[in-house]
Amino acid sequence: MTVETKLAVSAQDVRSFSEAHNEPQWLTELRERALAKVETLEMVKPDKTNVDSWNFFEFPEHKVEGKAISSLTELPQEVQAIVDENQQNLFIQHNNTAAYLQVSEELKAQGVIVTDLFTAVQEHSDLVQKYFMTEAVEVDEHKLTALHTALVNGGLFIYVPKEVKVEQPIQAVFYTDDENTSLFNHVLLVADQFSEVTYVENYLSIGAAKGQVNIIEEVIVNDGAKVTFGAVDTLAEGFTSYINRRGETKRDASLDWALGLMNDGDTVSENVTHLRGDGSTADAKTVVIGRGKQNQNFTTEVRNWGKSSDGQILTHAVMKDSARAIFNGIGKIEHGATKANAEQESRVLMLSPDARGDANPILLIEEDDVTAGHAASVGRVDPLQIYYLMSRGISRANAERLVIHGFLEPVVSQLPIEGVRKQLVEVIERKVK
Amino acid sequence: MSTLVIKDLHVSIEDKEILKGVNLTLNTNEIHAIMGPNGTGKSTLASAIMGHPKYVVTSGTITLDGEDVLEMEVDERAQAGLFLAMQYPSEIAGVTNADFLRSAINSRREEGDEISIMKFIRELDKKMDFLEMPEEMSQRYLNEGFSGGEKKRNEILQLMMIQPKFAVLDEIDSGLDIDALKVVSKGINEMRGEGFGCLMITHYQRLLNYITPDHVHVMMQGKVVKSGGSELAQRLEAEGYDWIKKELGIEDTDAITEEA
Repeated sequence: MTVETKLAVSAQDVRSFSEAHNEPQWLTELRERALAKVETLEMVKPDKTNVDSWNFFEFPEHKVEGKAISSLTELPQEVQAIVDENQQNLFIQHNNTAAYLQVSEELKAQGVIVTDLFTAVQEHSDLVQKYFMTEAVEVDEHKLTALHTALVNGGLFIYVPKEVKVEQPIQAVFYTDDENTSLFNHVLLVADQFSEVTYVENYLSIGAAKGQVNIIEEVIVNDGAKVTFGAVDTLAEGFTSYINRRGETKRDASLDWALGLMNDGDTVSENVTHLRGDGSTADAKTVVIGRGKQNQNFTTEVRNWGKSSDGQILTHAVMKDSARAIFNGIGKIEHGATKANAEQESRVLMLSPDARGDANPILLIEEDDVTAGHAASVGRVDPLQIYYLMSRGISRANAERLVIHGFLEPVVSQLPIEGVRKQLVEVIERKVK
Repeated sequence: MSTLVIKDLHVSIEDKEILKGVNLTLNTNEIHAIMGPNGTGKSTLASAIMGHPKYVVTSGTITLDGEDVLEMEVDERAQAGLFLAMQYPSEIAGVTNADFLRSAINSRREEGDEISIMKFIRELDKKMDFLEMPEEMSQRYLNEGFSGGEKKRNEILQLMMIQPKFAVLDEIDSGLDIDALKVVSKGINEMRGEGFGCLMITHYQRLLNYITPDHVHVMMQGKVVKSGGSELAQRLEAEGYDWIKKELGIEDTDAITEEA
């Protein structure tokens, strides 16, 4: 069944939008081709959640201007809390406007590129064209990938040249404070051979929202390179979100994800890593809190293509109120990936009898000489743990708090920026209260 | 001086009566040992004092300086001055030993009067040093992946940091090698004195070689059947429990299966 797709934008709108941003011809054409496909492509099909009736297509404005700033003190309190004035490499996007960029002289001298996507397609057109919706995500996977390509209205491009080690993390904050904003945001991170980089991003909304979130992020890790990717999403209830973070690792490359997925609205999140190269590794850690009447679907997949590749998945989720969520953990070992390893752990902690959380572990193995394992559980807080903590004088409420924070610690401890770590702890605190 | 009084305590687990009328009085500045064969209710007594959720007190009383302990929640019992070193402490992933201990100490202090981090670290370092625990153990997750001996040491560390009025030590000596037993005993002896009372539950007399009890009690079939001084423990070590059974005319009925 094809779902009827009513679009607020026409082919002419897309062309005008692209021209207004002085985009190279390849991108204008790519947008147009993508838009034409939205109608006929299938809807995204996250396992065990039917999203056919979700509203991914209506939104008030294609672009909402934000304000460029020259000093961090001009930022709202919520954003200031997560950025450090000593942060050397920082990008901030306000609604759909690139608002602030700080890149250290050292990185510039080394040829590292950090710039908003619109500037990137003008200044580094060939490089962006090579990787944008080509290697990791394809335009015509389903309606939402095509829609994203047609409407992309913000984002960031990071390129780390061969053998460059970026010592300080690169931080990005995408925040919205206008309810008409939609985020068709695209982050493209390319780490060339034997380079190293740590990237941390926040998606944050202040106040109400009634737009769309359709985010695609592509991380390309070339031979021998190492990328650590941290993210904390705290988008408002009014956003229906499709968030796709995908990685490609080449030979001996490594990609570690630490994702704190804390949106308040209905969300489809997929985080897939293709271990293409022999000896490449991925460690995908995700923590989630579902509350209210949220309906969410999380897929974490690591696919082993390369020999001796190693994929690790850890998902810890807390469900309260009458929130619902599916947690698909997929380890897939392709034919020929000898000596590959695929491990996963999914744990769901239920805080309310009305909440629903289903851990759905899947192992697909098409090669003999491999190792794999999975553990999944759905349960309540262990009464003996609470008894133990209370026997030291800690109140029941605090004991539960400690256990929950501990449960979500695997991602918190991986975030390399103090402000972001603290923010996630505060979000957890606020959400489980 | 504080006093913990247990009177005619009956305790059941899953409708099976384990304690059948225990009477015991502990004062601060006293160390008591409870000995007895397996499955006589020793650990049940410890759990009932602290308020383990699975154990149901069907009759009898426990009071601390006249206050009704059985009316209190588990955390209130701890706040009132009770401490239980558990036989099988829970593991809590993601919560560091140090953060947990600081929460425990601050739970006894008013909001706004929390212990300063510097002072806390000084105290913690001192006590860990005393118990010959490597510094990194404060940053490890609470009991997670600890060996049996490390867990026991960690219980004693908590005891020394929290400084309760009364500690119940549930088989603190089980699974310890001689060196670890010496360290754990050193910690308990350090606590000994005014303002501290202790109830040690053990199978073995060997713990009492390092910590001399003021009083020794023997539990059988859910009751304290005999009390005496430290010489009683020595006689038990030498002669076993049969002479007591004979003396009191106790027949071996069905042994009580006890949950940890």
